[in-house]
Amino acid sequence: MKASMKPTMAHPFPRIGLTVATLSLLAALALPLVVHNPSMLNLAVLALMAAQVGVAWNIVGGQAGQVSLGHAAFFGIGAYTSTLLSLKLGISPWIGLPAGGLLAALLSVAFGWSCFRLRGHYFAMATIAVAELTQIFFTNWEFAGASVGLNLTMDREGWAWLNFAGKLPYYWLALGLLALTLLAAFCIERSYLGYYFRAIKDEPEAARSIGIDIARYKQVALAVSAFFTALGGGLYAHKEFYIDPGSVLSTALSIKMALVAILGGIGTLSGPVLGALVLTLIEEASRMLFGGTGSGIDIVLYALLIVLIAVFYPAGLVGSIRDMTLRARQRWRRRQAAATAGTAATAAAAEGSRP
Amino acid sequence: MTFDILLQALASGVLIGLIYALVAIGLTMIFGVMDIVNFAHGEFLMLGMYGSFWGFALFHLDPLLTLPLTALMLFALGVLLYRLLIVRIVDAPMVSQIFTTFGLMLLLRGLAQFFWKPDFRSIENSFVAGSVQWGGLHLGKPQLLAGAGAVVVTGLVYWFLHRTRLGVALEATAADKEAARLMGIDSHRMFALAWGIAAACAGVAGVLLSTFFPIFPEVGASFILIAFVVVNLGGFGSVAGAFWAGILVGVIEVMGGLLVGPEYKLAIVLVLFLGVLMWRPRGLMGKA
Repeated sequence: MKASMKPTMAHPFPRIGLTVATLSLLAALALPLVVHNPSMLNLAVLALMAAQVGVAWNIVGGQAGQVSLGHAAFFGIGAYTSTLLSLKLGISPWIGLPAGGLLAALLSVAFGWSCFRLRGHYFAMATIAVAELTQIFFTNWEFAGASVGLNLTMDREGWAWLNFAGKLPYYWLALGLLALTLLAAFCIERSYLGYYFRAIKDEPEAARSIGIDIARYKQVALAVSAFFTALGGGLYAHKEFYIDPGSVLSTALSIKMALVAILGGIGTLSGPVLGALVLTLIEEASRMLFGGTGSGIDIVLYALLIVLIAVFYPAGLVGSIRDMTLRARQRWRRRQAAATAGTAATAAAAEGSRP
Repeated sequence: MTFDILLQALASGVLIGLIYALVAIGLTMIFGVMDIVNFAHGEFLMLGMYGSFWGFALFHLDPLLTLPLTALMLFALGVLLYRLLIVRIVDAPMVSQIFTTFGLMLLLRGLAQFFWKPDFRSIENSFVAGSVQWGGLHLGKPQLLAGAGAVVVTGLVYWFLHRTRLGVALEATAADKEAARLMGIDSHRMFALAWGIAAACAGVAGVLLSTFFPIFPEVGASFILIAFVVVNLGGFGSVAGAFWAGILVGVIEVMGGLLVGPEYKLAIVLVLFLGVLMWRPRGLMGKA
């Protein structure tokens, strides 16, 4: 892994990942001190939540390479479980959220069972079908509000019910959940699971030949991913106070989760976070500039962006940045080598021969 | 009476199934030739519908009269999209391919909404209207015409693929790209041709639907999932398979809606889809 590469002495880019991570964390912690405008704060919450589901998606979609286009099913199960428990049984979301996560992880076994024997396009299409079925189920389930959806009541305010009038508590909740999800993804990447996942992604046949139970570890990746996606769904429900099948179970949502990760850099830890930031900003900017009129120009811009990234930057933003720093590093090394070699003439020659 | 209802459902199912087949053959051709799933396929159908609508609204020309022109325009669009966009992702990772065609789907929808508004449109007073009755069976003439048209176009495509030099070259590319290239077949030309034919077929399906189906920018969404099911059921790459599978899906959808309830129509088709994917992934008529 590149991340574990030891920085050499007098390196121009010492521990770049750690530095960026620390700086982003500080920025995220400091943001509420600077930003007080509720709609701006809401935008930040949206970006954090998009990042969180992107990181969760990435565990199975990026690390294990199983491109799911049906993750809205897990998001919706998380949202519905916590909302129903809170509405019908008066159970706090502190129990409802993990309950939704566990239920999603459990149901992911059925999801995996019906999809994991398929590969590539077939897998992707099967996941769409499973999520669509889930949406049809909730659209017709009267107890869960059917197509009308469910409204959370606003009467029980405070941390016990994750119910606030302001946006700031949701900012901390979203940030905390993102940190938790990132930590889980990081631990998985560094553990034996991460190696198994990468083996399954890159060389399934080789992985099988050295005795990795592919079906089992694909399922593990999916269950962990489903758990965290459902936590995101639960938080979404309590932040918005309202859910319906269209908002938490749509295929468009599934696609967006994958898109966040792909835009940022599929299979990288920071990719989904960067992707979510960029995507949320672009979505919001185009909506503010052109949206609300139903003209569709905001959709056109969004779609153009997707196409351009998919065609020209398949490695995502993080991948492209990594390539750039790698090139910069090589250039620097070459220059160093030229300088130590002695005369200015050789340095100039090396500089001149640089492609 | 019950028998009449079942017969009616069967007939309606077959008629809509023929349209599903026509939408699906393009999808299956693109997949068969170049292993790309075109998420934007429903949007070709949408554009075909708008082609008819504008011909009718602006020049009072019946969809049947403008059909050749609409088909030609969609063929050109398909070729153009291949040459400008798809050619860049032929050998790209699957994720790039999925998101390119998915982005294309959103783009075409957004453009349609931008230029033509999100309103529902319809074509009134076309040449073919009313219904015919045989015994207890009532069938709309537009639907009958659409079914017949779909059969003719599917037949034409089948004939083209199996009886013409160009069609056989296309089939050869689908079977083995490298071997076909060694025989002097330009695979990029074949891919462009596949995209052209696929877009034209979906466009014609849109034209045939336009006299009895609402026209709006997102209309493709109702057909793309069904088309995926048909393509899987028939076997990826098989035109004949898509034809029979289309009819089957149409009948199952209408019958299922009748027996279980219309809100579960799509669910029944999706369950069937998953079942086929799991137990016979190469489809009913697909090549092993």
